[in-house]
Amino acid sequence: MYDGGKIITGVIIGLVFMTFPIWYTSGRAAKKPDIKLPVKEKQCVEPKEYMRVKHMQLLDLWRDSVVRVAQRSYVAFNGVKYDMSLQNTCISADCHAKKTEFCDQCHNYTGVVPYCWDCHIEPKEEPAEKPQAEEKH
Amino acid sequence: MGVNRRKFLKIAGISTLGAAAKPAADALAMNPIEWLDKKLGGFTVPETLLHFFHKPAGFTPGEALTAKRWVMVVNVRQIDEEIAEACMEVCHRIHNVPHIKNPKHEIKWIWDEHYKHALPGQHHEHIDEALKKAPFLVLCNHCENPACVRVCPTKATFKRKHDGIVLMDMHRCIGCRFCMAACPFGARSFNWIIPWPREGAGTMPRFRKDKEPPNPEFPTRVKGVVEKCNFCAERLAKGQIPACVETCQELCKEKGREPALVFGDLEDPDSEVRQLLRSHHTLRRKPELGTNPNVYYIV
Repeated sequence: MYDGGKIITGVIIGLVFMTFPIWYTSGRAAKKPDIKLPVKEKQCVEPKEYMRVKHMQLLDLWRDSVVRVAQRSYVAFNGVKYDMSLQNTCISADCHAKKTEFCDQCHNYTGVVPYCWDCHIEPKEEPAEKPQAEEKH
Repeated sequence: MGVNRRKFLKIAGISTLGAAAKPAADALAMNPIEWLDKKLGGFTVPETLLHFFHKPAGFTPGEALTAKRWVMVVNVRQIDEEIAEACMEVCHRIHNVPHIKNPKHEIKWIWDEHYKHALPGQHHEHIDEALKKAPFLVLCNHCENPACVRVCPTKATFKRKHDGIVLMDMHRCIGCRFCMAACPFGARSFNWIIPWPREGAGTMPRFRKDKEPPNPEFPTRVKGVVEKCNFCAERLAKGQIPACVETCQELCKEKGREPALVFGDLEDPDSEVRQLLRSHHTLRRKPELGTNPNVYYIV
C-alpha cells in the first residue's frame, strides 16, 4: 500500500469527525418537550389526540375558510362554537398564553420552523429570567 | 324477426347512457363541494379531501354584516383635515399598517390625494379653490372587474364572490407586484422593508411610530408582500362597519355635518348608499378603464 500511514490516519480522523455527533452527545438525551397546558381552558377545539396529529391541517383549513370564504365560525366536536383564529383563539391570552411554553416546545425539539409568527402576533411574554410568579399579584 | 346482436348492443348502449345521464347531470349542475356534501350527507368527508376542495370548515358568524355588493360613498365636501386624518389613523392603527416616512417604502390603505390626481379627467384650472385644497380620501375601489385579480399568478388576490370585496391572501402572495402594475388607482403597497422589526429573536416587541405596539387582534405582514385596504372584512364579520366610516360618521355627527363616508349594499335599493346615489351626482375614479369601481365620490 502506498502512503498507507497517511491514508489510515486520514480515515481515522474522518471517522472521528463523522461520528462526532454520536459520541459527543452520548448519554445526554435532548430535553423532552415540556408543554404547559392552559390554566383557563380545559378543552381544546378538538380532542387532544386529534390536535396532536392534525393541528396543522386544522389550522390550514381555518386559514382558507376565514381568508377566502369568510366563514369564521367553527363548530367543535362537542358543539362549542369557536372563532377560527390562530392569534385570537388558540395562542391568545385566554388560552395558550405563552407560545414559548406550547408551540415552541415540540417545534424546537423536532426542528420544525413554521412561519405563522412572521406575521401573526403571539401574546406578549415577560423575559424568562424573571421569576414572575412571585412578583405578580 | 328477433333482436339480432347488432340491435341488442345498440339498445344496451343507449340505455346505459340514459341511466348514467341523470347522476352525471346532477354532479355537473353543482360545484364539487355541494355535490360531495349531498353524496356524503353533511360533514363526513375526510379532512384531506376537505382541504383538497377548499371546503369551508365552518359557517359565517350570525352577527356578520352581509351584502351582495359592498360600496362606499365619499362626500368630499364634508371632509376636513381633521376628519381625513382621523380616518387614516384609525385604519392604519387597527390594521397594523406600519408608519414609514420614506415615500418609496410607504404603505397606505387609505390616504389623502389631490383632486387633480384623484379625478384627473374632471380637473381644470378654474375649479373651486376649496375642492382643490380639500383632502380627497382615496382607497382601494374594490372594483367589479378588478385588474389586480386578473393578473395575480397565485390567486393571492381575489374577489369575494358573495359580496364583491377584493381581498389579499397574504399566505399566497409571492411579491411579484403584477397587481400593483395592474391597479390604475395605486391602491396597493409593497413591503419593501421589514414592516414590523422584532427586537430580539422569538420575543414579541414590534413597534410602530411612537413605540406603539401592533393591534394584537390583527396580523402584521412580512417583507415582500403586497397589501391594501380590505374594506374591513374582519370587522364586517363581527357586525361592525368599516373603521374609517365609523370614525368619520362619529366626527361628522360631532361637527353637525352630514356623514362624509357612507357604506352599504349597492344591490339593496333602499340602502343609504343607493339613496345618496339617487339624490346626488356622483363620480368614480377612472371609470373609462372599465374596472367598475365601487367607491363613489360626491364633489
